[in-house]
Amino acid sequence: MTPPAAPVKRHHWIARVTHWMTFVLVLGMITSGLQIYSAYARFGERGGPYYVNAFENQAFPKWSRLGGWLAGALNWHFALMWPFIAAGVLYLSYLALSGEWRSLLFRPRDIRGAIEMQKYYLRVRKDHPPQGKHNPLQKLAYTFIILLGVLSVLTGFAIYKPTQFSWLTALFGGFQAARYWHFWAVWIFTGFLVVHVILVFVVDPASLRAMISGWYRGRFPSRD
Amino acid sequence: MIDRRAFLRLTALAGPASVAAACGWDGGNAVRPLLLDVSRVNDWVGEKIFFSKHRLAPQYAVSQRTARLPSYFISPMMPMLQDPRAWRLQVSGLVRQPQTLSIDDLQAMPRTTYTVKHHCVEGWSAIATWHGAQVSAVAERCGMLPQARYIRFDSFDSGYSNGWDLASAMHPQTILAYGMNDNPLPPSHGAPLRLYSPTKLGYKMTKYLVAMTFTAERPGGYWEDQGYPWFAGV
Repeated sequence: MTPPAAPVKRHHWIARVTHWMTFVLVLGMITSGLQIYSAYARFGERGGPYYVNAFENQAFPKWSRLGGWLAGALNWHFALMWPFIAAGVLYLSYLALSGEWRSLLFRPRDIRGAIEMQKYYLRVRKDHPPQGKHNPLQKLAYTFIILLGVLSVLTGFAIYKPTQFSWLTALFGGFQAARYWHFWAVWIFTGFLVVHVILVFVVDPASLRAMISGWYRGRFPSRD
Repeated sequence: MIDRRAFLRLTALAGPASVAAACGWDGGNAVRPLLLDVSRVNDWVGEKIFFSKHRLAPQYAVSQRTARLPSYFISPMMPMLQDPRAWRLQVSGLVRQPQTLSIDDLQAMPRTTYTVKHHCVEGWSAIATWHGAQVSAVAERCGMLPQARYIRFDSFDSGYSNGWDLASAMHPQTILAYGMNDNPLPPSHGAPLRLYSPTKLGYKMTKYLVAMTFTAERPGGYWEDQGYPWFAGV
């Protein structure tokens, strides 16, 4: 048995506050978004062609929808988007100014480490590769989810103001295409959330406590 | 301008909200007024920050028109005039010279034609061509007074109406449309006259127009009074 590791200060309060804000706000954005979706449950200009969509003309179960009806859901969605953006801007500013981005951003030089880490998880490699605060696969996941957050905001603006931001809407392939990508973000967020929570409980439950208190006392103490 | 405490409360409420979203919850009496307050802030942001009176909506080729543009009305039956020739548009309120305009009067004014994308609040979109006279030209003709800050548009469709901010109404692409896709405006789309603008969601574009009133107070509207965003700019 390894002796319990000394607690390590892991997460700054800004990271913890914005993490939990984002969790709650994304839940609210997704549930109100599913209610909005049911007003016109397909993608493509009227008359088609329509984009491939497993949920075409389907309503999501009532428990998954927030807002009661279209107007209520829109008001939720347009109210929560501001704190969602604010949390994102605050977190990204913190990463940039504190230098923490170095331990989080996945860069080309992390590719090798990511392969080693994957080998370890596949039990091809016996020993856990040395790592910093996050292993390269975590860096990849966290970099990806930040990009997804940015993308969900940009596609959101593209469908919120398609005339005022027509250049942005055009960048995503038009109004209906932007709606489509915005909808895709829901499923990628949901998939990330499921895998993220499973990994926390299966691999490193101490990290949950660290995301609340800031202090980490688990198996993978920070090495940078 | 933006109420920080309101946002924190909303944030704190979003979690339980989505869990209790069970039963298609809308926030209840406690949250609904708060959401409407934020919606008013978004109206302000939409008008003062996102909207530009000089920015024009993209135009499309006639060949890109959608085969069929959906339409709707509030009345149980499609609103139709008993005597179309007797129809007039009443222009009044904060103006020097109230007007009573016929379709001929409007067609005698400079004609604006564009092929643009229609955005419905439900999420669908469709492309059509519209023909009409600029609202700004009508405002000039009746001598809009400086106190005027809004325009109220009334219809003969069961009291359907909309309130507009002056900036959006004076936008060069905001027109009183008497034609659609090279034909007179059909009854299903608001004949004989409707409001049209590619800078607003569909529900702001009053069909079956009968009156246009310049006001100092913000007028409500059919959907807006039920909770839909008031500014509704796209």
